[in-house]
Amino acid sequence: MSEAPLELVCPAGTPAALRAAVEAGADAVYVGFRDETNARNYPGLNFSRPELGQGVGYAHELGRKVYVAVNTFPAAGNPGPWRRAVDDAAGLGADAIIIADIGLLDYARRRHPEARRHLSVQASASNAEAIRFYHEAFGVKRVVLPRVLTVGEIAELNAKIPVETEVFAFGGMCVMAEGRCALSSYATGRSPNLDGVCSPASHVRYERRGAKLISRLGDFTVNVFRDDEARSYPTLCKGRFVAGGRASYLFEEPTSLNAIAMLPDLMAAGVRALKIEGRQRGRAYVAQVVGAFRRAIDAAARGEPAPASDLGAVTEGHRDTEGAYAGSWR
Amino acid sequence: MTAQSSPSAKLTLGPILFNWPAETWRDFYFRIADEAPVDIVYLGEVVCSKRAPFFEPYLPEVAERLHGAGKEVVWSTLALIVSEREMDAVRALAAAPDILVEANDISCVALLAGRPHVVGPFVNVYNEATMTCLVERGAARVVLSNELSARALAALAKAAGAELEVQVFGRLPLAISVRCYHARAHNLHKDGCQYVCADDPDGMALETLDGEAFLAVNGTQTMSYTCCNLVLELDRLLKMGIGCFRLWPHSTDMVAVTRIFRGVLDGRDDAAAAWARLARLANVAPFANGFYHGQEGAKLVGAQP
Repeated sequence: MSEAPLELVCPAGTPAALRAAVEAGADAVYVGFRDETNARNYPGLNFSRPELGQGVGYAHELGRKVYVAVNTFPAAGNPGPWRRAVDDAAGLGADAIIIADIGLLDYARRRHPEARRHLSVQASASNAEAIRFYHEAFGVKRVVLPRVLTVGEIAELNAKIPVETEVFAFGGMCVMAEGRCALSSYATGRSPNLDGVCSPASHVRYERRGAKLISRLGDFTVNVFRDDEARSYPTLCKGRFVAGGRASYLFEEPTSLNAIAMLPDLMAAGVRALKIEGRQRGRAYVAQVVGAFRRAIDAAARGEPAPASDLGAVTEGHRDTEGAYAGSWR
Repeated sequence: MTAQSSPSAKLTLGPILFNWPAETWRDFYFRIADEAPVDIVYLGEVVCSKRAPFFEPYLPEVAERLHGAGKEVVWSTLALIVSEREMDAVRALAAAPDILVEANDISCVALLAGRPHVVGPFVNVYNEATMTCLVERGAARVVLSNELSARALAALAKAAGAELEVQVFGRLPLAISVRCYHARAHNLHKDGCQYVCADDPDGMALETLDGEAFLAVNGTQTMSYTCCNLVLELDRLLKMGIGCFRLWPHSTDMVAVTRIFRGVLDGRDDAAAAWARLARLANVAPFANGFYHGQEGAKLVGAQP
C-alpha cells in the first residue's frame, strides 16, 4: 500500500483552467495539444506549444506537475502529429506523457527513455497481466485504470503490480470500457480513438416538436425531453432508447461519477492518484471540483471524515454515481 | 464487376458472439465443418465468461470435426478480462500446446509472447507501429478493428509482416462493458441475469424514441443494428493485400453466406449478384459499410446493385 498521500490530478483545457486548478490545490494538471493527438479534441480547447511551456514553468515554480495526454491512436500512414506531440511534451518539460497506443509507447521509450510514461485509460488495461505487459515492454510507471473495476478488485490488482495506479474520482463517466467503444464513430463518423472526440457538438442538433425538445446526434434521436424535464447533452451512452417496447436509459442515466465518499477506501486499496475528468470544462468548474477534492484528500490524510462538499450543482443531470467502484453498478 | 480471382484468400468464421443454446451451438459448427467453404473457424466465448460453461462440453468434438474437415481452428479469448477466474481461463488456453489462440485483450497477447498467435479485433491495432510491435512478439495474423477506413487498411496492408483479417459480414461489435445491458433491459443485475441474452440469437434491437433502429445489445456488448456487408469491397481489399475475410456468425443460413463470399473471392461469382443474393438471404438487418468508406459506421455508402 502507498504511504504517500493521494496525488490529485486535475484537468485543464486552457491555460486559465491550469492556473485555476493549481490555485485550487491540484498536485498535477493534465493537458493536451490542440489537435487530434488527445482525447478531448474540441474547438477552443487545449494548448499550443508556447502555452504548454508557460504552463509547465508556472506549475513547476509552485512545485506542481504537468502531464501531457497524447492518448488517441495514431492514424495509419500518418504517425507524425503523435510523434511530434511526444517529442514536444518531453522537450517542454512535462512530468509525464499519458499514452494509450502500443506503437507510440514504443516510440516514446526509444526516443525519450528519460520521459516518464503513464498508461492512458484509453488502453483499457483492466488486469494485472495487461499492466505488467505495459510496464515490462514500455517502462510504464503508472496506469490510469479503466472504469470497470470495483474498489475490492482495485485493491487486489494493486497487490499484484509493480506500478502506481490512478483512478477517476469525478466527472464524466464512460460506461463502456475506455478505448474500446465505437458508438460515437458509428453514429457520427468521429471517433474517440481516432479523432479524440465522443458525441461531438458538431453533430448535435436540437429540434422543437410541439411541447417536446428532441436531441439528435448525427441521424439518431438520443433523447426527447418534455418541457418540465431537465435536458442533458446527447452523449450516446447517456441517451434514452427503446428495448423490448420499453424506453429507458439503458446504458446509463445522465450522471457524473463522484467517488468523494470513497476516498478512504481508495486510499486503503493502494491507489496512488485521483483523477478529475473534465478538460472540456471551464475554470470555475475546475476550481470548484478541485477545491472540494483537495479538502477531502487532506481530511482523509488526517484520518478525519470528509468535509461537506456541494458538488451536486456541477454533476450531469444533478445526479451522481459511484459507478463500477460499487459492485452493484454492474 | 467480378472480383480479381484469389483462391488463396482465406474465408474465416469469427467466434459466435451471441448466447445460443449449447446444442444449437454444436450443430451450427457441425454443419460448418461439413458444408461451409471456410478456411478458418474461431471458437470460444469473447463477450461474457458466464456463458462459456454451457457450450464448453461440446468444444472438443466440435474442434475435432472442424479439424477433420480441414479447417484451421483458432481458440478465441475474452475481450474484457477483470476477474482472476477469467484470467485463469485465458492462462490455460495460452499455455495449452499445439493450439492457435486469438488474443482479444493485451494480457493474452503478453501470455502468448514468442509463440505464433492471432491478435483479435478487440485489441486496438490502428497503425503500422503497433502492428509491427505485435508481429515482433509473435502475432502471425492480426484481425483489424472494424472502425478502420479503406485508407487505413491499405496503409496497414502495405506495412504488414503478418496476415491481415478484415470483418466483412455481420453485426459489428462496437463496445464492451462490465455492465450487462441485456440484464438491465429486464430489470435484472448481471449477477442474477437469468441468461436473458439467450432470448435474442442475433442480439436485442435497440431503437431510438423516434422508432429508428439504432444498435443491438448482446449482454455486455453493444453492436451495430445494421449488418456490415463488404462483399462489394472485396475486390479492393484483395488488391490492397488483405488476405483473410471474417464473417460473424448469425442465425441466418451461414453456410449459404459463406458460399456467396467464397464464390466472389474465387472469382466465380459477380459481386453485384452476390450482394443481391445476400440481401434476399441474410435478413438480420439492413446492410452498412460506412466505416470502410471513412464515414458513419451506420451508413450504406456507394451505389448498390
